[in-house]
Amino acid sequence: MLTSEEIEEIQAEFQRYEHRRAVCIEALKIVQRRRGWVSDDALRDLAQYLDMTADELDSVATFYNFIFRKPVGRHVILICDSVSCWIMGYDRILDRLKNHLGIGFGETTADGRFTLLPNVCLGACDHAPVLMIDEDLHREVDPEMLDRILSQYG
Amino acid sequence: MTERPLTEHIRPGEEPLDIDAYESAGGYQALRKALRSLSPPDVVKAVDDSHLRGRGGAGFPTGHKWRFVPQGKDARHPTYLVINADEMEPGTFKDRLLLEGHPHQLIEGILIAAYAIQADIAYIFLREAYVTAARRLSQAIADAYDAGYLGRNILGTDLSLELYLHISAGRYICGEETALLSALEGRRALPRAKPPFPPVVGLWGKPTIANNVETICNVPHIIARGPDWYRRLSHGTDGGTKIYGASGRVKNPGAWELPMGTTIREILEEHAGGMREGFRFRGLIPGGASTDFLVEEHLDVKMDFDSVQQAGSRLGTGTMVVLDDRTCPVGLVLNLIRFFAQESCGWCTPCREGLPWVARVLEAIENGAGRAKDVEMLRRHTHLLGPGHTFCALAPGAMEPLQSALEFFEEDFQRHIREKRCPYR
Repeated sequence: MLTSEEIEEIQAEFQRYEHRRAVCIEALKIVQRRRGWVSDDALRDLAQYLDMTADELDSVATFYNFIFRKPVGRHVILICDSVSCWIMGYDRILDRLKNHLGIGFGETTADGRFTLLPNVCLGACDHAPVLMIDEDLHREVDPEMLDRILSQYG
Repeated sequence: MTERPLTEHIRPGEEPLDIDAYESAGGYQALRKALRSLSPPDVVKAVDDSHLRGRGGAGFPTGHKWRFVPQGKDARHPTYLVINADEMEPGTFKDRLLLEGHPHQLIEGILIAAYAIQADIAYIFLREAYVTAARRLSQAIADAYDAGYLGRNILGTDLSLELYLHISAGRYICGEETALLSALEGRRALPRAKPPFPPVVGLWGKPTIANNVETICNVPHIIARGPDWYRRLSHGTDGGTKIYGASGRVKNPGAWELPMGTTIREILEEHAGGMREGFRFRGLIPGGASTDFLVEEHLDVKMDFDSVQQAGSRLGTGTMVVLDDRTCPVGLVLNLIRFFAQESCGWCTPCREGLPWVARVLEAIENGAGRAKDVEMLRRHTHLLGPGHTFCALAPGAMEPLQSALEFFEEDFQRHIREKRCPYR
């Protein structure tokens, strides 16, 4: 079931688009912001509410990097793996992160604190290498800085 | 002193001009001028005369694109204006500067463009990762509504415009004009067949113009100071300035607004500060991941659309990625191809199947398992996945750095295969 708060937030989006289904990306994000991810049940409820089939909505949801169809940790680490960051030392940062957290891409630490994901170019190539944690962009990242950066996220 | 109309009010690291400060600096005066003394066709003509070409990468003349929107008795409403702020081309970070640094300039450009094409509704299609830009744009849009620059009967005229910020959820193909329209409609973001072209049949079947952020930011300045002034800003035949960038192992990576047609050498040596200590220049991709490599012999090429094309590449987004002598060109191309393989929408077979195949061959070469025939096979794929063989420009774009790497750095590929290892490791 969608909550009344979720429905209220989604309804506010309808006036911005000519057709109901066009709010689906924002609607997926609204659910994800409140629940952390989009479960199969949430997807079905949302699809019904938007007059779409669950498959139609899932074909949109799974198309995007930022819609999570599996549970994620309290904080999501997005490491930029595109060309400028690759030149400037992405490999070393990834190795350190994997070692430090004991997880690979798409995995979540046992304490539920971090999920590690690769991400395409974050558009901060002049500050490469970069990574994002939640909504924070960390620039000119050095493997030595990672402990301090991660300690900011409880 | 070079004029920098797009960035003169941008202070990196600080909040952008708010609406009052922007107005004090002459902001929204170009809009007033357009509404008071120019007809919509006058605005289109001014943009035509300015020789403004689209800054998203394709370089299509902006005024010419605007003319495709049916007007008069053929007009269909609502007509849409969509600002492409889905900056995801690897190596590109120029629109971020404008979005974070000067949102009201973009809004004023949107208003003038909407007036020119008689649009009723505008969307800014922003990538999800640009969190700061989203916050600042939302504030600027709200302030512009409060001040009467958006909504019904703007400044007491017949112009009405609703402007919405659409925040995407992260996928490279959404930057392709027609995929972007599919995404806005809430569909899987697949590109569409052309024709019909979006200016005639676009968003929800209605006339739609899609313009890049940097393109639209030029418009207020063209209207305020005239197309002749704008053309003279440039060192070449395309008008205006361009935001160039450089990343990789240069001393001072960054983005700079310079006259259109500034040479690669000036950008690299004077603005990016040359190569870092201990690294030598080997080549660059001039405008994002989907542009051909240029090398030493091209350093005096002017960075404008025609000059870079004559040199065998594309200006693209104008933000260059520099390859140094200690970075493996095979590894770099593998990184680019993996990106394109991942971001392929999967709709057409050559792109969906071909790109992972090319990535696997490159991976084999990079890891010392390449075979003598592989270089020729890669070369054949640059044709098989090239222009005319795919549904959209994604795979042909991916082949550009590969085909030019095979031309300029073939010996690197051969050495990997001969020595059965990456010589850079």
